[in-house]
This record gives sequence, structure tokens and C-alpha cells, in this order.
Amino acid sequence: MSILVNKNTRVICQGITGSGGGAFHTKGCLDYGTKMVGGTSPGKGGTKDTNGLPVFDTVDQAVRATGADATMIFVPPPFAADAICEAAAAGIKLIVAITEGIPVLDMVKAKKFLADFGDSVRLVGPNCPGVITPGECKIGIMPGYIHTPAQKGKRSVGIVSRSGTLTYEAVWQTSELGWSQSTCVGIGGDPVKGMDFIDVLALFQADPLTDAIVMIGEIGGAAEEAAAAYVKKNVTKPVIGFIAGRTAPPGKRMGHAGAIISGGEGTAESKISVMREAGIRVADSPADIGKSLRESTGG
Amino acid sequence: MKIHEYQARDLLAKAGIPVPAARVVDTADQAAKAFEENGFPLQVVKAQVFAGGRGKAGFVKLVKSAAEARAAADFMLTNRMISVQTGPDGIAVKKILIAGAVDIAHEYYLGFVLDRDRSTVSMIASAEGGVEIETIAHERPEAIIKEPLHPALGMQSFQARRTALALGFSGKQGNIVADILLKLARFFIDYDCSIAEINPLVLTKDGKILAIDAKVNFDDNALFRHPDVLALKDDAETDALEIRAAAANLNYIKLDGDIACLVNGAGLAMATMDVIELHGGKPANFLDVGGGVKAEGAIEAFRIILSDKKVRGILVNIFGGIARCDLIAEALIQAGREVGFKVPVVVRLEGTNVEKAREILAAAQPELPTLQVAGDLNDAAKKIVSATR
Repeated sequence: MSILVNKNTRVICQGITGSGGGAFHTKGCLDYGTKMVGGTSPGKGGTKDTNGLPVFDTVDQAVRATGADATMIFVPPPFAADAICEAAAAGIKLIVAITEGIPVLDMVKAKKFLADFGDSVRLVGPNCPGVITPGECKIGIMPGYIHTPAQKGKRSVGIVSRSGTLTYEAVWQTSELGWSQSTCVGIGGDPVKGMDFIDVLALFQADPLTDAIVMIGEIGGAAEEAAAAYVKKNVTKPVIGFIAGRTAPPGKRMGHAGAIISGGEGTAESKISVMREAGIRVADSPADIGKSLRESTGG
Repeated sequence: MKIHEYQARDLLAKAGIPVPAARVVDTADQAAKAFEENGFPLQVVKAQVFAGGRGKAGFVKLVKSAAEARAAADFMLTNRMISVQTGPDGIAVKKILIAGAVDIAHEYYLGFVLDRDRSTVSMIASAEGGVEIETIAHERPEAIIKEPLHPALGMQSFQARRTALALGFSGKQGNIVADILLKLARFFIDYDCSIAEINPLVLTKDGKILAIDAKVNFDDNALFRHPDVLALKDDAETDALEIRAAAANLNYIKLDGDIACLVNGAGLAMATMDVIELHGGKPANFLDVGGGVKAEGAIEAFRIILSDKKVRGILVNIFGGIARCDLIAEALIQAGREVGFKVPVVVRLEGTNVEKAREILAAAQPELPTLQVAGDLNDAAKKIVSATR
């Protein structure tokens, strides 16, 4: 089953011809087997990108011509929030915004705009590596080959994370232990974002294919705390966690715009303790995420 | 991006908020002159630094004469300010603000900040100003007034009116405070701030309402569209290595320890710092080299790391997804040749072409004797901690 994306998802790339990496990563998705069906780049409509996919001026045109229901956004920061809104307005169901560096207030407005579309639109990101259902569909920049597609005889773990390469660590470790991944969702490192932990946890809880869940958080904000409260009440599957940034100094932005301890809030310690109280097995070392999954699920 | 109090006061005054005039000087003599020019019998001399805790550290002083102003400025410009926020080394003060002191009847807090829980900007106000808002929030949350702003409409007049009322203002004063709130909200949104606070907003004994201190930070992601704000940047309190790293597009933050790290990805970089500490070491820095680790980037990263005299070992942790581990290994070796690995370097690579990378590193070991290859992250941390013991 999996969540959000599967072998039928049809994906366009907004910003496919720009310097943001659109065409390069579209190729990565194509090579993985994703149904990449076209892209947009205002002014370049009617041409083909380096992968031979049709390029359109607008998302409307792209959707009408290709039947796309998802988008992967590589549009540069000054225009990316607008691109998110354009996708929603064009009827795209899943927006995966890879772009890092979008002004926070642009995202505040875009999120409000999207709220008008209710449940018919989902946003993942921005500033995220994307979403992958191994063996079926990859929308993003993650290395496909480290993931293990769901198969008979293997249990499947769903992974939700604010990080990129740290997520790949978790994927690698769980694959090495003989698990598959149902879907991996990178919710991104920004403070104002689309889907948050709770939204993805709800989907994993309802997904028959997902046997256990790994959630990877970091300093800043209170999303992990909210997720812990949600897990306590609503999630029956084993949840494993890791929080990055125990050693981060307060007040400093640690790479991700959302990774900042401010006003004494958002520390790793507080997240870890709240998560443990909720029954989440939190690994102390990033190298022990796989081990924690094994311990939590009896192998 | 941070700016100084004098810059924030300037911007808020331009936005129509009542801020008392002030002069900014950089010598003690100028401070004396400014005292005379200001013309008030009682004035306040304030060090212009980003770190808080100025008052307690003796870097905000009331003065009654030009001579006192000179003495206060001299003290501040020649002594490093040490407060809870500066660390034991303290910071040097380059600029002093001097303004007329006001006769305070009451202090209030007004601020706008990104409200992550609500994904919007929120106004926070309190009739208990003059102290850190976090303290009030923790000790007396009932003293906090919060107004989330509509993401598209911003602050609305009725919100400003009811806040002014809740703060205890009515009539003409209520209108003034409501107006200040609306102007501060508009300023926040127009300038893409991450925080904009007036603490304290004072009611003077003769009924005037003035903003006598201001703190404004800007969203780094939005600076591209505010060149005028970017022009206000002051790197004086930024570590020199951090400035150098930013110029090379490396995300580097200096810490206190002696085990440096070089990682691709912010989350993984934080986790690497964490795992070093977990195994008994102390991280010397946060360093995210980003997606494609190339030779020049690696060389500059190593140079920057090794410029920190405290560094006694380096942990390289790279997960090669799109990036190929064998190319990264070659980049590391080239860096080693150019810069010279005089300290232990433990490399942990995982991902694309990792076996080839391990062969390349093994072959280079005779040339780079302090280089070790590690298995998983726990192994890497153990190795570097033990090598630097």
C-alpha cells in the first residue's frame, strides 16, 4: 500500500530547466522508475528538457496535457512559494517542494492559500529531500538504491524525518537489518512547512503495509512534542525516534532554518524526554536507529 | 541576521513608531560631546552589542554630565562585556548609544515573532515589560497577551485596540499604543523579520508613550529582497572562521570542543556532533559541506577546521547518495596532500561506491598516516575520541 505516492503517481517537475537541479533530479527519478511526465519553466513552454520530457509554461497546461497529479518543485527561493500555490490551484494533489531558502513569510502565506483546498492538496516540504515509496515511486533527491521495496517475508518500516542525509542513515541501517521501507517522507528543515510529523504518523498508522515507524527530528519548534502526544493517544504501532542536536548551542541556526533553539525552547533533551514518556523508543546514537527498531519489534 | 539597537531604533522611527532621538558614537570624547548636544540633564549610555545582559554587566549606565558620559563610554569601549549570553571571553564594544533618559512610570513588552505552532506571525504583549519575555512566559503566563496574525491580512485594527485595552490603556493613549502595534506589525511583514520587539515600551510620568529599546532580527532567507537591510550587517561579533566559511558556501559554526567534524547534511552534521559527545569527546564545530563534496570545497573546509587551534582531531562523516563516495575519498586525499593532516583524521563513508572509496583510502594511508577508516558512526566516534585522548 504505502502512503502518498505509488507506481501510479504521475509527476511533473516545476523548475525543470533552471539551475536548481530540476532536470538532473528528474532524471534520477526517471531512472528509479517514477512516472515523470513533464515539467514547467515559464517562457520555455513548447520545448523539451534534457530528458526529453515536454516543458510547459504553466502547471495548468502541464496537468491538462499529462494528467499529472503530483509535482516536484525545484523553483528558486524567490519564486518557490508562488510555484506551490500555482500547483494547488492547478489541481495537483501532492506537492513536494525541494527548494531550500524560501522566505518564511512567503510560506506563511502559501500555507494559508493551500488551506482553502482542504484535504485535496498535500504539501511536503519545503527544504526537504522528498518522498519515496521504494520500488514504486521516488519524488526527490534521495539515493533510490539504499531503499528496500516492500516484499513478502520482510517487515516494513515507515520513516518520517526533518533531515536528508540523516534519513538515509536510518534507511541504510533498517535495510541492513532486513526490513523494507513502506514510504519515506522527508518533511524538511523549515519552520513553516506542509505536512508535519502528526500528519505523516496518521497515514502510517492507517497504512496496512507499515509495521513500525521511525521518526527523526531535530532541535527547534515543538513538532516532535506534539507528535509524541499524538502517538500516545493514536498510534499502536512501534515508534522509534532520534533527535539530532543535543550538542547544538542555543540561538544558532544549525543549517536548517527551523533548527534553532530560541527562548530556551526546542531543545533536543526536552523532545527526547517527551517522546520517551509517550512510549517512543528514542535512540541515543544515530548509529543505533536500526538497533532500536530491532529491539522494539523483537527482531 | 541581527542588527544593533541603534539600527533597530532608526528603522522603527522611520516606520512611525515613537522612539526618542539618540546619538551613536565610537569614542569617549564623542560621548561627552553627544551628551552636550543631547541637552538633557539625565541621559543613558548603552553599549551597542548583539548579546543581551547589558544592564547586569554594567554596560547600560545613567549619566548626569558630559564627564560621566565620557567615563561610561570609556569603560565600555575598553572593557570586553561579559554576560550570560557572551561566554567567558566576552565581546568587544565598538559603538555606544547615548540618549535622554526618560522618567518611567511603567514598562511594557510588545513583540512580533514567528509562531511555529500556528504557522503564522504572532503578537506577544505584556504589561510586565523590561525583563526577558521568556521569564514572564514561564513564571506568569497569564501576564502574556497573544494575538496570532492572519497570514494574509496581517494585524487587524480590532486586535490592536483590544490589546491596548488589555495592557491597561484607554482613550488617547489607547489609540497611540494600538497605532504602535499596527505599525510594528506592518514593519515586521514589510521587512521579513524573524523577530521585532520593543522592550520596554514605556509610559512616562508625564503621560508620553515611547519605545526606549528595540530588537530586530531578519529572516536570512529573505535578505535577497532587502539590500538595504543587508547593508546594515555587522560581522564584528561573528567568528572570523564563520565569515570565511560563509564566503566559501560552507555552513560552519564554531563550538568549544577539540574534535572537528565535516559532514554532508545539516541533520547528519548535528547527529555527528552528538555522537562525538556521546562517546566522551567534545565537538569543535558544526560543518555541513552540502550536496556535492568536491576537492576545492573539501580543501577549504579542512583549512578552516585546522585554523581553529583547539582542534586535535577530525571526524569526516559523509553519506554519499547523489554524491559518490569514491570521488569524496579522492577529494579528501587531495585535501590531505594540500593542507597536511597533522592531527588524527577518522573517515566514515557510506553510500554510492563506498567499497571503491575504502580501497582508495586504504591505499593512501602510507601517505596520510594519521588517517583512519571507520565502520559505522559509533565506531567512527570511538576511534576519533580515542585518537585524541
